[in-house]
Amino acid sequence: MTEPLLELRGLSTHYESARGTRVTRAVDDVSLTLERGRTLGIVGESGSGKSTLALSIMRLLPPAARIVGGEIRFEGDDLLKKSAREMRHIRGKRIAMILQDPMASLNPLFTVGDQISESLRVHEGASRSAAWSRAQSLLQAVRISAPAARMKEFPHQMSGGMRQRIVGAIAVACEPRLLIADEPTTSLDLTIQAQYLSLLRDLQRDHHLAMIFITHNLGIVARMCDAVAVMYAGRVVEAGPIRDIFNKPSHPYTRALLESVPRLTDDNHGRLPAIDGQPPDPSAPPSGCAFHPRCPQVLDKCKTQAPPAVTVAASHTARCWLHLP
Amino acid sequence: MNASTAVVLADVPRRATRRLSSYPVVPLTIIGLLVVIALAADVLAPHNPEVGALGMRFRPPVWQAGGSAAHLLGTDHLGRDVLSRLIFGARVSLVVGFTAVIVAGLLGVALGITAGYLGGWVDEVIMRLTDTWLALPALTFAIFLAAVMGPSEMNIIIVLACVYWTRYARVIRGEVLSLKEREFVRLAIIAGCSRLTIMRRHILPNVLNSAIVLATLMLGVVVVTEAALSFLGVGVPPPKPAWGLMLADGKRGLMAGYWWLTVLPGLCIMFLVLAANLLGDWLRVKLDPQLRQL
Repeated sequence: MTEPLLELRGLSTHYESARGTRVTRAVDDVSLTLERGRTLGIVGESGSGKSTLALSIMRLLPPAARIVGGEIRFEGDDLLKKSAREMRHIRGKRIAMILQDPMASLNPLFTVGDQISESLRVHEGASRSAAWSRAQSLLQAVRISAPAARMKEFPHQMSGGMRQRIVGAIAVACEPRLLIADEPTTSLDLTIQAQYLSLLRDLQRDHHLAMIFITHNLGIVARMCDAVAVMYAGRVVEAGPIRDIFNKPSHPYTRALLESVPRLTDDNHGRLPAIDGQPPDPSAPPSGCAFHPRCPQVLDKCKTQAPPAVTVAASHTARCWLHLP
Repeated sequence: MNASTAVVLADVPRRATRRLSSYPVVPLTIIGLLVVIALAADVLAPHNPEVGALGMRFRPPVWQAGGSAAHLLGTDHLGRDVLSRLIFGARVSLVVGFTAVIVAGLLGVALGITAGYLGGWVDEVIMRLTDTWLALPALTFAIFLAAVMGPSEMNIIIVLACVYWTRYARVIRGEVLSLKEREFVRLAIIAGCSRLTIMRRHILPNVLNSAIVLATLMLGVVVVTEAALSFLGVGVPPPKPAWGLMLADGKRGLMAGYWWLTVLPGLCIMFLVLAANLLGDWLRVKLDPQLRQL
């Protein structure tokens, strides 16, 4: 068996306040594996560490954050041992990322063509004309009509959906191996969302991309991903193949998440199912298992001891005492 | 057929005016005229601007009683021809004004972008320096520098650039601080651009607008400061004609009714500054793709 494309081993990223008095464990002992060409979904509430995890992989953390331990193995190399210069060549070239806001992701002063060509010229030293024609075929690939004319237009002349597709075109321009999409569809309306997701799938198939898909929309996960990792308070509480997670959720939090998805067939007398309690304060998480104050099946042990990752089925793990004797 | 001819005919003048208004006719005419005058000063000026006849002092312009056709715009307190001095003065004022504004702009924009984008101690050092600089009264500081370096055209350019770069640095740094948090800068970082590339490709073009608008405003300030320095004898050395110097010299005659000595160079300065402002306004619109469409 070949080695996975990306492997996180015990990755921990902490935010520290100025004097080091308050430490927030945004990402805590996370281990994940992603095979080539596959899609991993990362779901969780706001503040559960999804975005910090993505930025840790890119090594683009804000100054207050620090990776305190673990390994990020990408194509066999530990990214944490790379110099800033080496990382710059990896970013955009081998790992690309799509941000949330398509409106602001493009420089308002340059034409769309210029911006798609830019990374080709930076990373592959392509000539101006070669980059331009490559960029044009990329525009075609992201299904923008009349690409030749669109190339000379500015971002403000396009709709949000088109801009997001252009951001997609920029991301795949240099044929990266891994694409990290951080809630790429939150600012798009539903019909455009569906189009964009199928576009991402096509890009993935055509370029043999692996994807990390960060979202809090379980419907999107079900549609896009091969595997899911559920994050809660900086930890991966459950991870496994998509079917296992949706059919046999092993962690009470995952179960609660799935139950809180509204269904048209349900009759809840107008009330939406919700998880009781508040998400934990990331800088002061509860002792033991962070989910214990909200857990319907809480045990005494949960309040004091953090559960280890338990393998419940093939490549399906859950951090929960319920699965240990 | 008639209808279509009518449409075509109606379109012609409209298109013509639109094309006309899409170029900054007024400022380009004024600046173009001044540049031509400055270049052809030797041919255009009827008299030597630095030599006068004391017997011909304070002659009024030709349309006033006592004026003569030999001195169309009158003479000053040394009997020098005002028109010739204005023509040669265009040379000095244009060179000093534009060069000082551009040098100050280059310095200020470069430091502003560096401070704003790199942040940290670089920002601290540059901005504390700027603060200290701004705390000194500009004119006093300029007088001090000019007095140390001595009066010459070259020195006055250096002095003005030294005094006024801080204004650019402050404004540009502020803009950069908000720009660098924009998503497209983050995307550029994610795409693996180096800091230099980002500053050059993504930050600089986005602050150029403000820099140009600021420069057109600064042109007025610079010309007036040049006048003040010349008035105090530390600017353009006296026999040389400069508008600011003429304005300053003319002040003495104002109470005695010799209005042309101050009003005429004043008008020249006003037209130059006005043209620069109009040009800056047009550039601001022209450089912004979103406004350009309108």
